Amino acid sequence: MSSDVMAIQTAEGAARPWVETLHEWATTVDHKRLGILYILYALFFLVVGGIEATIMRIQLMRPHNDFVSPQVFNRMFTMHGTTMIFFVVMPIMFGFANYLVPLMIGARDMAFPRLNAFSFWLTALGGILLYFSFAGGSGLYGAGNAPDVGWWAYAPLTSRAFSPGHSTDYWTIALLISGFGSIGTAINIIATILSMRCPGMKLSRMPLLAWMTLVMSGLVLISISPLSAAQIMLVVDRYLGGHFFDTQAGGSAAIWMHFFWIFGHPEVYILVIPAFAFASEIIPVFSRKPIFGYPVMVAATVCIGFIGMSVWAHHMFTIGMESSANAFFVLTTMAIAVPTGIKIFNWLGTMWGGKIQVKTPMLFCIGFLFQFLIAGLTGIMLGAAPFDWQLGGSYFVVAHFHYMIVGAILFCVFGAVYYWFPKMTGRMLNESLGKVQFWLFLIGFHLTFDFMHIPGVLGMPRRIYTYEPGRGWDSWNLIITIGAFIQGIATLVFVANLVFSYFKGTKAGNDPWDAWTLEWSVSSPPPDYNFASIPMVASRRPLWDRKHPEDPDSRYE
Amino acid sequence: MSAITSPLAQTPEAWSLPYRGKVGMACLIIAESAIFTIFVVAYLFYLGKSLTGPTPREVLETPIFYTICLLSSSLTIHLASRFLERGKRSAFLGLWFLTIVLGGLFLFGTGQEWHRLIYERGLTISTNLFGTTYYSLVGLHATHVTVGLLMLSVVLLFGLAGRVGHEQSARVEVLSLYWHFVDAVWVVVFTVVYVLGR
Repeated sequence: MSSDVMAIQTAEGAARPWVETLHEWATTVDHKRLGILYILYALFFLVVGGIEATIMRIQLMRPHNDFVSPQVFNRMFTMHGTTMIFFVVMPIMFGFANYLVPLMIGARDMAFPRLNAFSFWLTALGGILLYFSFAGGSGLYGAGNAPDVGWWAYAPLTSRAFSPGHSTDYWTIALLISGFGSIGTAINIIATILSMRCPGMKLSRMPLLAWMTLVMSGLVLISISPLSAAQIMLVVDRYLGGHFFDTQAGGSAAIWMHFFWIFGHPEVYILVIPAFAFASEIIPVFSRKPIFGYPVMVAATVCIGFIGMSVWAHHMFTIGMESSANAFFVLTTMAIAVPTGIKIFNWLGTMWGGKIQVKTPMLFCIGFLFQFLIAGLTGIMLGAAPFDWQLGGSYFVVAHFHYMIVGAILFCVFGAVYYWFPKMTGRMLNESLGKVQFWLFLIGFHLTFDFMHIPGVLGMPRRIYTYEPGRGWDSWNLIITIGAFIQGIATLVFVANLVFSYFKGTKAGNDPWDAWTLEWSVSSPPPDYNFASIPMVASRRPLWDRKHPEDPDSRYE
Repeated sequence: MSAITSPLAQTPEAWSLPYRGKVGMACLIIAESAIFTIFVVAYLFYLGKSLTGPTPREVLETPIFYTICLLSSSLTIHLASRFLERGKRSAFLGLWFLTIVLGGLFLFGTGQEWHRLIYERGLTISTNLFGTTYYSLVGLHATHVTVGLLMLSVVLLFGLAGRVGHEQSARVEVLSLYWHFVDAVWVVVFTVVYVLGR
């Protein structure tokens, strides 16, 4: 079998000065290196955001705890939410998209490599600015340091009168800048997918990861922009004396909520659709079957993209909207369950009758399937306005969306790291450490987030820094904190595995999983130019065709 | 069965994909439209909700001449890029320069209007809700005009140095797409601010 890649050995023997290597990484425009930079950046902030979560959990471990002050607690939940959404999950998804999309569609780089680097460094600057607020947020007034307005930053709390100092400005500017970075990357991904596919790679033959990344990027375009617009308005209010969200001058606090959630809900799909993409690549390979219902999968993704744009106000049932608005947003929210349900059945259909190989990436994806279903079900509960009136703003909501973001998205991200780490580094991640991490994380996750629903139902509001004993919340909170520590240990195992396997892991070879998409046709890690000769594709599983010339997929499509 | 030796060897007949510059610009336009939509919504939502004067009816004058300038610059840039495609460089440069002049005139018009509003009518961005929404919406558009003018000027400088030929026409076309967008946004802003808003 001919390989597309000629073995070109670089002179690795002579160690180059580290400054030169650093310079290469800092000035790179290669999509693979930028992808890895995105992922490393996100993993760093994952640990930072995890530490913030742990601080909150220690504070809430028992009633009347005084581990941190109320002020610090407010900063912790604001920074935790902002970090995890904007500087962990989004960059890690962009990282994988950057790394994988050109390889999967048979291109040598993204459409705009320099825009790609620019977008990454904008995102990086955003994260640095946000954390610089710990040192620089006091401003002239000496009031506050890190942002403490919650990750929604509802008006009028963000106005000058209630948020003196510069902490809120750091939050605003950080999100504005990283938002521009996200829009740049989204433009790049769409242009790459539409204009750079190799011959024969029709849209109907694209790997599902490319399809879902395309939909996700489209969502970034239309939903990050409203956030940027709202942030500009907030800056106008805070710096130029504008009145957008100033209720004293006739402005409306509710319109900030609308603008924020017009971004905020599609954001959930921006985060979860790439997770679907990972599952859609990993589950077929480890079930040894092509994906079940490819066209339906694509249609369901596009459908989620569209419906996802029209559900935002289900985050606002508790502010008292008209009943017609409530009815509309309840119905659209329920409608979302249809395409997501289709997806779950398609993944199950892929596994059904397959020769399932229970490797670590597959374990994480199976965990994802189960937890995503539960997260979706509590989502339907909260999507019903009357139920939401009862439980909105309680720990039930916190449990619901962490079930989605940790149980579904983070599990898929772990799966994706285990699946593509061999491609990125040329070495396998350690399988036993991977299984240890999976089980530890699974136990920790369920201890924390299953039990978090209960104090929510018992009336524990979110964002409180402490609580009275004897309300029936005490032992639940202790269990939640214990679970959080187990998750922390599992994450340390993961980091240890990354470091250990990078140096000592077994060599992976081009195609350790016997997979079917084009990234596995090149060496691990791929050469700078990806493909020595641009591949030609005749089916959805080009590598299967190449491995099985006697029975290619192209015969059946 | 025998026909298929390697499925990868078949060459698809014609394989042409859209130009990446155009796709990229189209995406940017979608994102920008979303930003403008939010500002337009804010403007419409706050119409008549100002607690103090002045109101749009009292102070706004319809900038018909400058609007004509901006809209006709869409035509000149279109013709300019057509000429470039056919390799007629001097006609391209002339029309390109005219586009910049028309865009500059529009910007001057906005500046004049703002000067009048601020110094004669006392309307600033912090006066009332109308001031806040008006200056940010029109200002956001004027920012886009300014950025567009800067990019047009860069092309003009390269053109004067003889570096813009018909090989660059696809790229110039991308820039003119952006300029058309800026014009189209003005149609919306004009309708909202000067027609519906009064």
